[in-house]
Amino acid sequence: MGFEGIGASVRRKEDLRFLSGNGNYTDDINRPGQLYAVMRRSDRPHAKINGIDTAAASKAPGVVAIFTGADMAKDEIGGLPCGWQIHNKDGSPMAEPPHPVLAIGKVRHVGDPVAVVIAETKQQARDAAELIAIDYHDLPSISSTPDAIAAGAPLVHDELGSNICYDWHIGDKAVVDAAFAGAAHVVKLDLVNNRLVPNAMEPRAAIGDYDTSSGDYTLYTTSQNPHVIRLLMGAFVLHIPENKLRVVAPDVGGGFGSKIYHYAEEAIVTWASAKVRRPVKWTADRTESFMSDAHGRDHVSTAEMAVAADGKFLGLRIHTLANMGAYLSTFAPAVPTYLYATLLAGVYTTPVIYCEVKAVFTHTVPVDAYRGAGRPEATFLLERLVDCIAQDTGIDRVELRRKNFIPSNAFPYQTPVALQYDSGDYQTTLKVALANADWDGFEARRAEAKSRGKLRGIGISTYLEACGIAPSAVVGSLGARAGLYEVANIRVHPTGSVTVFTGTHSHGQGHETTLAQLVCDQLGVPLSQVDVVHGDTAKIPFGMGTYGSRSLAVGGSAMVKAMDKIIAKGKKIAAHLMEASVEDIEFANNTFTVAGTDKSKTLTDISLAAYVPHNYPIDEIEPGLDETAFYDPKNFTFPGGCHIAEVEIDPETGVTTVINFTAVDDVGRVVNPMIVEGQIQGGVAQGIGQALLEAAIYDKSGQLLSGSMMDYTMPRADNLPNFNVATENTMCTHNPLGSKGCGEVGAIGSPPAIMNAVIDALKDYGVRHIDMPATGPKLWSIIQAGQTKMAAE
Amino acid sequence: MPQVTLTVNGKQHTVEVEGRTLLVELLREKLGLTGTHVGCDTSQCGACVVHVDGVSAKSCTMLAVQANGTSVTTIEGLAAADGTLHPMQEMFREHHALQCGFCTPGMVMSAIDLVNSNPAGLTEKEIREGLEGNLCRCTGYHNIVKAIAAAAPLMHAK
Repeated sequence: MGFEGIGASVRRKEDLRFLSGNGNYTDDINRPGQLYAVMRRSDRPHAKINGIDTAAASKAPGVVAIFTGADMAKDEIGGLPCGWQIHNKDGSPMAEPPHPVLAIGKVRHVGDPVAVVIAETKQQARDAAELIAIDYHDLPSISSTPDAIAAGAPLVHDELGSNICYDWHIGDKAVVDAAFAGAAHVVKLDLVNNRLVPNAMEPRAAIGDYDTSSGDYTLYTTSQNPHVIRLLMGAFVLHIPENKLRVVAPDVGGGFGSKIYHYAEEAIVTWASAKVRRPVKWTADRTESFMSDAHGRDHVSTAEMAVAADGKFLGLRIHTLANMGAYLSTFAPAVPTYLYATLLAGVYTTPVIYCEVKAVFTHTVPVDAYRGAGRPEATFLLERLVDCIAQDTGIDRVELRRKNFIPSNAFPYQTPVALQYDSGDYQTTLKVALANADWDGFEARRAEAKSRGKLRGIGISTYLEACGIAPSAVVGSLGARAGLYEVANIRVHPTGSVTVFTGTHSHGQGHETTLAQLVCDQLGVPLSQVDVVHGDTAKIPFGMGTYGSRSLAVGGSAMVKAMDKIIAKGKKIAAHLMEASVEDIEFANNTFTVAGTDKSKTLTDISLAAYVPHNYPIDEIEPGLDETAFYDPKNFTFPGGCHIAEVEIDPETGVTTVINFTAVDDVGRVVNPMIVEGQIQGGVAQGIGQALLEAAIYDKSGQLLSGSMMDYTMPRADNLPNFNVATENTMCTHNPLGSKGCGEVGAIGSPPAIMNAVIDALKDYGVRHIDMPATGPKLWSIIQAGQTKMAAE
Repeated sequence: MPQVTLTVNGKQHTVEVEGRTLLVELLREKLGLTGTHVGCDTSQCGACVVHVDGVSAKSCTMLAVQANGTSVTTIEGLAAADGTLHPMQEMFREHHALQCGFCTPGMVMSAIDLVNSNPAGLTEKEIREGLEGNLCRCTGYHNIVKAIAAAAPLMHAK
């Protein structure tokens, strides 16, 4: 066995089954007697439902049942719950309108499910769903974020009297206003963070399987957090106690946040399975995914920085409108508040910050966390603003950043927006990134590009984010309705092999490898003898799942704690077997040794003794070698770094090509460098997608125009460059691994780097800001206007 | 109902299907070959790519009846009988060219056809352009491109 522990780029254990077609995704599962569900969804953004006529559909071939919101109401099925409550400026709680599983009375966005058809085949269910006649009375709708607060705007939820979900703030406005009063410069920027569709490659799917003999329910679902779904669906929607409800999230084909939430279809198939007493399967078409998976981002902001004559940031003032969509998705209210405004210090010493956020309802798909969740919005705003400050004051953009960095000797660093950073070294990540990108050689490359008629630009972003969510007491005080610890069960089997049961969930992150490497490292067991089990509430004690780059920092820490218990118990057994004092037993490299002697026992000797306790300290300890730990983090973790993008724009078409992309990130302790690089590459690709290609667009009438992969521009291989990715790590100081998290840094740091490069490329045209995505037509128009203006001058 | 006779991974099957049944539905639902995936409904993502008579095809965009009399290879049929992976599978693993694994079967099948169609070799640009019909949301393609470049000489050496 070669080196397989922390720091080894071992090849992934899970790859063999994925590469040979043996993955086990939800839609690959078929239960005996299974029926198929198809949703009839609203094609209207806002309408009153006068009636639903299912007579013809009920008679269609193969139809077993049709259910509507009225049927669910009869069974006293609850609405979909929201997991986070924000409070308004005046201390009152946010507006929390009901979110019916199937629409009751009204539909509020295109895609809102109205009825479910259950039939023998999917095709029969689809045919019958089209036969349902819904009598709608169309109502005016709002699809753009600013329109939600316009005077006389149609209301998404009549009973609220407005479209405001909450009006929240952080910071002392008077103190910040005072900082602006005396500032040499005030730099202001209006910007939009474009709405995105996550588009994990596996569409969502769910199978409800009610066991008529035991009365137990099983839900197979495409989830990042099966225990959270069990909790939310069991307790709030279907009223099924945990002991009667099993949730399985098998192989899941990507999540990026969109598979955190409890969705209507999960509750529908679980409930319907008991109604029809057969398993019921639903699988989304991609078109359905576009109109039913939670979308991401969608902020409209005004940012202002007060700046001293020497370029020091004196105060930051921000107003943001955040779109919640038609209903509150599971964690939606937390995203534009505690995952956004608390990040607005970034890597800078800005002493005072005030941010107010109005969250609004619109007739669009609910918006929730998408890769980065709030931190990309904060980072884009800050890093665009910093470039505008450089442009307005004439201070070099790199110098301006250096001047305002939190120094590496200032940690722990208390920001003015609640967070306390534990570690980081922003000067180093900047320095290495500048070198890796050959920043100093850029002007020669710009000139060379110009000789070919191309516009070349370079852009930088120095950023920070918060991961490893999070101390339960802290998030509880901020409105979370859950604890955010993580759970690990380490089972050392009689012959010394190990199974890890983790409450985190892998949907591409490679946990089956990375988490097994922790066991290699701490217990000295070879990788081939370690298995990681995740995604089944019947097997795993508990867990909060995977999002917010938390799996290693929180879930891995729980494993360390559980393995500490294994070692402590093993020492007692070893002391007994070797007739030594427990204090004299040392453990390293899979072996318990009596200190200062050659007496030793392997972990396998000890586990065998634990399960065959013939010679065993049975009065002191129980048999078995199986330990569980819950780990509640002490703080968030704070990855950060520097991203540099170099782009070339063709003025004839406006199309941007990313020539080079350099990322130097600080993600704390790296367990598997190969996997970490892959995570960063994938995150950067999504960030480039946001910056150059992707946008969820609703027209004025409330229809989602970018509603398929023909219309929504997903990044393809020929849209992206090779990535120059490196890490320069400082250790997290408050978890046992020192890890910070790497899943989202790519998507957080990259969009402003790309946009700063695009704007740099167009600097001769006097461009100060461009909203994302910087598509060819958009840039072409800007270039044309710029050329016309220059010709006139 | 129409009858379709086709060879899948070397084994002949005769299956009754509705006229509207797609090849991917036949593979997944009638033959239980769930390695071939469906990621979209507009022929954009390529998760469903298989080889029909040795050439890559999007099995979501082909009726099962159109496959009558053909020989189809799916991801399940790539490895040797003793389990030895195809060089493309092996290079995907070696270069960490997959994360969630959902696009992987289609990506591997497309990549093999791309390499087979270009015996003189492929530049990085040609590989990227050749992957036009396959979407991956996890990897950013960097490692997929590397894996294909590494697999090409191994495949041509065979």
